[in-house]
Amino acid sequence: MRKILLDSVTHGPLTEPAPQPDEAMLAELATSLDRAARARLGRSLSIREVDAGSCNGCELEIHALNNAFYDLERLGLRFVASPRHADVLMVTGPVTRNMREALLRTYQATPSPKWVIAVGDCAANGGIFAGSYAVAGGVNDVVPVDLHIRGCPPPPAEILKGLIALLRL
Amino acid sequence: MAPLDLISNARPVEAHRPWPRAIVRDDGWHAAIDHLEAGALTLLGLWGDAGAVHMAVLDARAKIAVLTYPCGNGRYPSVGARHPPALRLERAIRDLFGLDAVGSPDTRPWLDLGFWDVAHPLGAEAPAQPAAPYAFLPAEGEALHQIPVGPVHAGIIEPGHFRFTAAGEHVVRLEQRLGYVHKGIEKLMQGATLGDAAKLAGRTSGDSTVAYAYAFAQAAEAALLVTAPPRATFLRALMAELERLANHFGDIGAICNDASFALIHAQCGILRERTLRAAQICFGHRLMMDAIVPGGVARDLTAQGPEALRALRNEVRKIFPRLTAIYDSTASLQDRTVTTGIVNAEYARRFGAGGYVGRASGRDFDARRALRYAPYDQLAFEVPVLETGDVDARVRIRISEVEQSLALIEQILAQLPAGDIRVALDAKPPAREGIALAEAFRGDVLVWLRLDDAGRVARCHLRDASWFQWPLLETAIEGNIVADFPLCNKSFNCSYSGHDL
Repeated sequence: MRKILLDSVTHGPLTEPAPQPDEAMLAELATSLDRAARARLGRSLSIREVDAGSCNGCELEIHALNNAFYDLERLGLRFVASPRHADVLMVTGPVTRNMREALLRTYQATPSPKWVIAVGDCAANGGIFAGSYAVAGGVNDVVPVDLHIRGCPPPPAEILKGLIALLRL
Repeated sequence: MAPLDLISNARPVEAHRPWPRAIVRDDGWHAAIDHLEAGALTLLGLWGDAGAVHMAVLDARAKIAVLTYPCGNGRYPSVGARHPPALRLERAIRDLFGLDAVGSPDTRPWLDLGFWDVAHPLGAEAPAQPAAPYAFLPAEGEALHQIPVGPVHAGIIEPGHFRFTAAGEHVVRLEQRLGYVHKGIEKLMQGATLGDAAKLAGRTSGDSTVAYAYAFAQAAEAALLVTAPPRATFLRALMAELERLANHFGDIGAICNDASFALIHAQCGILRERTLRAAQICFGHRLMMDAIVPGGVARDLTAQGPEALRALRNEVRKIFPRLTAIYDSTASLQDRTVTTGIVNAEYARRFGAGGYVGRASGRDFDARRALRYAPYDQLAFEVPVLETGDVDARVRIRISEVEQSLALIEQILAQLPAGDIRVALDAKPPAREGIALAEAFRGDVLVWLRLDDAGRVARCHLRDASWFQWPLLETAIEGNIVADFPLCNKSFNCSYSGHDL
């Protein structure tokens, strides 16, 4: 174990430079955030992830944000265990009818000011599952969304771009 | 075929491939249940259809058959009454089709949590009725307390509800309640083109998108009497082994993390990321979604692919043995994993538990070896099996499988045939049926498919390995402390989405 730890010290970090914020995402955000929120939160965000019906593909890539390559916490962003500790809800999946109530309650349990990020094509509008008897729709059909990050699933770098855009506003 | 020899008065149907399907009456259905109960047959699946239920069974010689019981009056004799692995499947059939399992000891809903507008969406649709409060199974005694967990959990994981009853720190009973991520995939499949249906299959459980697309493509090809080109079969196996590697790295790291051992978690996270990046270079998508299609594969291996795979292999061969050596020599870690969350071997056999859950508890089954579907008939690999059935055994099976997958990738690269990667499918075939079983990282995925005479999906059933693993998690946690549940749960890593459909 000591050898690995020493190797890590001598080889330098794997962590890659943070990507630049995406212009379209910035524009989308500009309308839904105000300066007061920024002043109150500073450059630090606590994120509560909610799977509202995803196939778990988005979860895999959100998980990857914590690996040594993307290292989310260096940006002041971290995942928290409770919505009561969160500034941001990061929601994946089409919202299933069976999860709609749980998502609403999670949203209500998150203190204001709060933002919602919808991750993945399904979260945007139900995606490939839209129209099913078991699907309530995209995230925006259930709780107000501030930022959409598209992709099936969006790679970690894309999710990171969206998050940085959220912070820079 | 062998399983049908055990069944009296079974009337085989035409055009069901590659294994037979037969229509049975009460005597044949009950004979099958007898053999399931006695252990001569393993239940591979039980699913509904218009006015019928189908049961897929596997015998000791790895021969498969499907039995169909026509239930004209909306009822069929319960399998679960005598063979508990069928219980949840029967509850799902009732929710989706409105077909009743006569004699079942558990008639509570399973996937229908009371939020849909319709009842029995795949059967005779009816307006939904108000749902009765869900009655969890009782656990009674002095000083017992309940801990309800979920559906929204503390980590970045899928939703589901766990109801613990504990005496102090020790779990007396765990009862799962699932269905939260039910998306109605099988209904969306109906009427879909093969291409659209393959996409849905690949999004049944994102971590197994390759395995689902693989099984779906094989079922479609069986139905259409098409054989994928040799190069396509090798590329499919390459994707499947990359998917297995990525998931096993993720799981091994996450299990160690749940025992608070961060170093292996961090290092395995790096190996997982390198695997996904190699997949991106090889096939243009980190998870390789939609890369396998009926008829072959959608994308050929890129020119940079072989080099990326060799670099990945070298990196894994350098780092991974060091990590397993640390796992082996760290007493504080072994203290958490050894003898924790034991799955009884008899349960693993009876439930036909696939993947590392079954193989860590002595069930020597792997669809790649048992069925030898192409190209695994041309590749050499071993299937690791252990007997202890604890968290440690499930970690060790994964460790052994990492080595096997690396060796398979080397063989695939060395033997990769030249030629086409896709064949055209007949656009207007007569109605016919196909079935396939493919080995995902967590166990065998079953896909059963009926095509209509326009070549569209008339009915498709997808059965995740998790159906037969979730119930074993309830047994494995019994008598363990509540704090070890995350560790046990992660060592199973069952799919919620794959189960809920």
